[in-house]
This record gives sequence, C-alpha cells and structure tokens, in this order.
Amino acid sequence: MTLRRLREQTAALEMRARILAAVRGFFSDRGFLEVETPVRIAAPALERYIEAEPSGEAYLRTSPELHMKRLVAAGLERIYQIGPCFRRGERGRAHRPEYTMLEWYRMDADYLDMLVDAKALLARVFEEACGGTTIRYRGREIEIMPVWECRTVAEVFRERAGWNPVAAFDADRFDADLVTKIEPSLSPTRPTVLTDYPVQAAALARRRAEPPHEVAERWELYLGGLELANAFSELTDPAEQRQRFEACAAARAAEGRAVYPMDEAFLAALEAGLPPCGGVALGVDRLVMLATDSDGIEAVRPFDA
Amino acid sequence: MYTASDLRKGLKIEIDGVPYVVTEFNFVKPGKGQALYLCKIKNLLTGAVLTRTFRSNDKIDQPRLDHKTLAYSYPDGDRLVFLDENYEQVYMSTDIMGDARHFLSEDISVEVLYHNGRPIEVTLPTFVEKAIVHTEPGARGNTATNVLKSATIEGGYEIQVPLFVNTGDVVKIDTRTGAYADRVSKR
Repeated sequence: MTLRRLREQTAALEMRARILAAVRGFFSDRGFLEVETPVRIAAPALERYIEAEPSGEAYLRTSPELHMKRLVAAGLERIYQIGPCFRRGERGRAHRPEYTMLEWYRMDADYLDMLVDAKALLARVFEEACGGTTIRYRGREIEIMPVWECRTVAEVFRERAGWNPVAAFDADRFDADLVTKIEPSLSPTRPTVLTDYPVQAAALARRRAEPPHEVAERWELYLGGLELANAFSELTDPAEQRQRFEACAAARAAEGRAVYPMDEAFLAALEAGLPPCGGVALGVDRLVMLATDSDGIEAVRPFDA
Repeated sequence: MYTASDLRKGLKIEIDGVPYVVTEFNFVKPGKGQALYLCKIKNLLTGAVLTRTFRSNDKIDQPRLDHKTLAYSYPDGDRLVFLDENYEQVYMSTDIMGDARHFLSEDISVEVLYHNGRPIEVTLPTFVEKAIVHTEPGARGNTATNVLKSATIEGGYEIQVPLFVNTGDVVKIDTRTGAYADRVSKR
C-alpha cells in the first residue's frame, strides 16, 4: 500500500469517523451502553457456513453475538458494540476476512422492534454523516427515508424463483436462488427488508410466535444492492439452541468443516434465563461504502489490498 | 483438482473434458448462507462465454496444458508449418489463428498452448512490424493520427493506418487487436 493510495482513501476514513460518531450519539441518546467483548474466543458460534480463523488454541470471533447475549442475560438491557470480526476465506466485492461489525441488543424487543431501531439509526447516521437521507450510490439515488419495503422470504421466492423454501427447505437451492434471482430483483432505490426466513436458515433466531411457525423471526436489510444488516428475535430456549448447535456440528463434520467447541457458558446463560430480546448485526464497512459511493469494500478499508 | 477457493480471474479449468479460462469472478455470500463463486468462463476451444456458479465444496478439474515456443516457417495449403527447438516440422491448421495469421512472418516466434497434446491457441508477439505494400496517398502535411485509411501489408491483408503513412513504410501492429501502433521507418 503506497502512501499515495492511502492519501486517496483518507476521505473514506473521515466518513467512517463521522458515521461512528453518529452511531454512538444515536445509541447513547437511547440509553444503550457501549460494551467490549473478547475478540479472541474459545467457542465461535456454530453456524453451518461461517468459518472461524484459528488463533493459537482459540479462534478470532466471527461475531460478538454469544458474549453480548450473556451480557443481556446478566441484566444489561440495552447494549451495543462496534469492533472487528473475522471470517475465514471471505473475500469479494463486499467481503473481507477482517471487517467491522456493529451489533446491538435490546431486552423485551423482537425483530420488528429492532427494525424500528434500524430505521431510526440509519435516518440519523445519513442525516449527520452525509447531510441528508437521499444518497447517490453507483449512479442511482437512494431514498433512505421514509419507505422501507418489507417482503417475506416465502413471497419473494414464490414470485421470483417459483418455489417456497419455507414449505420445503433446500439449502443449496435457497442460497443460489437468493443470490442469482432474489437479490438482483430488489429495489435499487429504496431500502428493502426480507423477513421471516426458514428456520433452517436462522441458527440463532426464535421461531415465529404467530403462525406460520416454520419461519424464524429474522430479517435482512438491503440497501443499494448491498446486504447491510441482519436481525433476529433471539432464540432463548436452551434445549432448542443446544439441539440446533448439535445439528449444525453434525452437518459441519459431515462436510469436512471444522467443528468448534460448544459454548457451554452461553448455553448456561440461556438455562439461567435469557429474557426475550432482539439483536441486529450491521456491516459498518458497507455503510461507509454507501456513504462514500464506493463500489468495493477495499476503498473504505485502506490497508486491505 | 482445484477447489472453488482457488478460482480467480485468468485461472484455466476443465469441465467435462473442455478447457475454459475464468474471465470474470465474483465471491458472494448471502448472510448465513454458503459462499458462492459466480464466474464467467470462456471455452478455450470455441471462444463461447458462459456463466457458471461454483460452491465452496466443488472440486474443479485442472486441464493438462503445455506451452511450447515455435518458429514460423511457411504456409502449406490450409496448414501452417512451424519448427520446434529441434528443427522438427510442426503442422497446424490456419483456422487456429484466425486473422492473426496475417501477422506471421518467417522465423517469428509464437507461443503455442496445447491441451492434452492438441494445439488450441497460438499467441504472436504483441507487436510485429510489416511493410505497407499499397495505400492511397494521404493529404500532404496531414499528421493527424485520429483519421484512418486502408493500407495493404505484405501478404495482402488490409489494416487501418493514419493518413501520413505511405506505401513502402514499415509499421508496427498490435497483434491482439490488429490495430496500427506506430510507424517504424519511412520509405
């Protein structure tokens, strides 16, 4: 990385700083506590397709999720964290093996409450960091406020891919159709939210309280073609969580993927009682990409070639 | 064998016995989903381009490819005759080179790509020099390079050259595009 290239990227760092200041202002005003949890951990969450980077005997975290939920179980009602996460082998236009994540958790909230948070957060961030909620990204104007289009996964799949993954789940077909048929069809000019994922596609989310129960309370927010944030009504049932982790460990072992130790401390926290809560994970680098009209993530992470 | 994580632009792979080169490569990963590698691949035999999606666990065949440097000798009907490093004659169909065959000249070195022992691609040096055997005179004093006219090179092939180029001049040609690059000497 030459000094000349670094100089070209200082504007992205200034934008990042403005965005983070707005994020902190937003959460501070709403009584959220900023927390730090370990980056180097013994037991990354068992998810079928997320690979942790080993670090000596331990791993680098793929997300701060399990530790943050333990803090909620310990009685912290509103918390957020901004920090690095690591996912092995992920490198593409919007992916890097090291990236910056924003996560927040709120007690007595479900995924739809978290959507209200996310909308208010983005309104404030773009207002403060970019001077308004209409931005120009890749040659198009995106109206971040006021309309967010919400579609259920069952609905968009029936419409665009001709099948319903909630009725009969097929992981390979789901991922391929999501990337090649669904995502390209989402609005490029206004935020779109996909909701109610098949339970199999949401390892840490609660099953829907109302019928249909085959879906998990999860949403994904898309902005300008970028997948920006993921949210759950968090799964709080220790027996179901353990069973999902075990099923995931078996599937990973069968595929020859590393099987991480069970996070018993996290499961013990669920046993002791994790109150109902919602959580959101948001990719900070992608937010900076949108705010700086950058096509690739490398433009907003100066030392990532 | 390659795995999907080896994929990158320019990698040569084999599918059902056919060699391809990756011309576009995109890593995508829907949240919580599996990594997918969206690729455009070009058939090295026909030039046809197709879209192909690979999953991280996919195994991809590696084509058996060899390179050889040959020296061009002479045309023989619908074949071209080359010499290898042992001065053995090597015959190849003229079709394999397309229009680039017009930029051959005696003793010029070419890179030949073989797939399972069969030649599939002949690459000329990026630039070759050719004499202009005929072109209409351009307007006197016109040194513009953006206006072009037709010119016939040795061997009878026609290219586009700037107006100031005259019959008898030697020009440099970019063999990748067939475009005029520079004037090397004036008549």
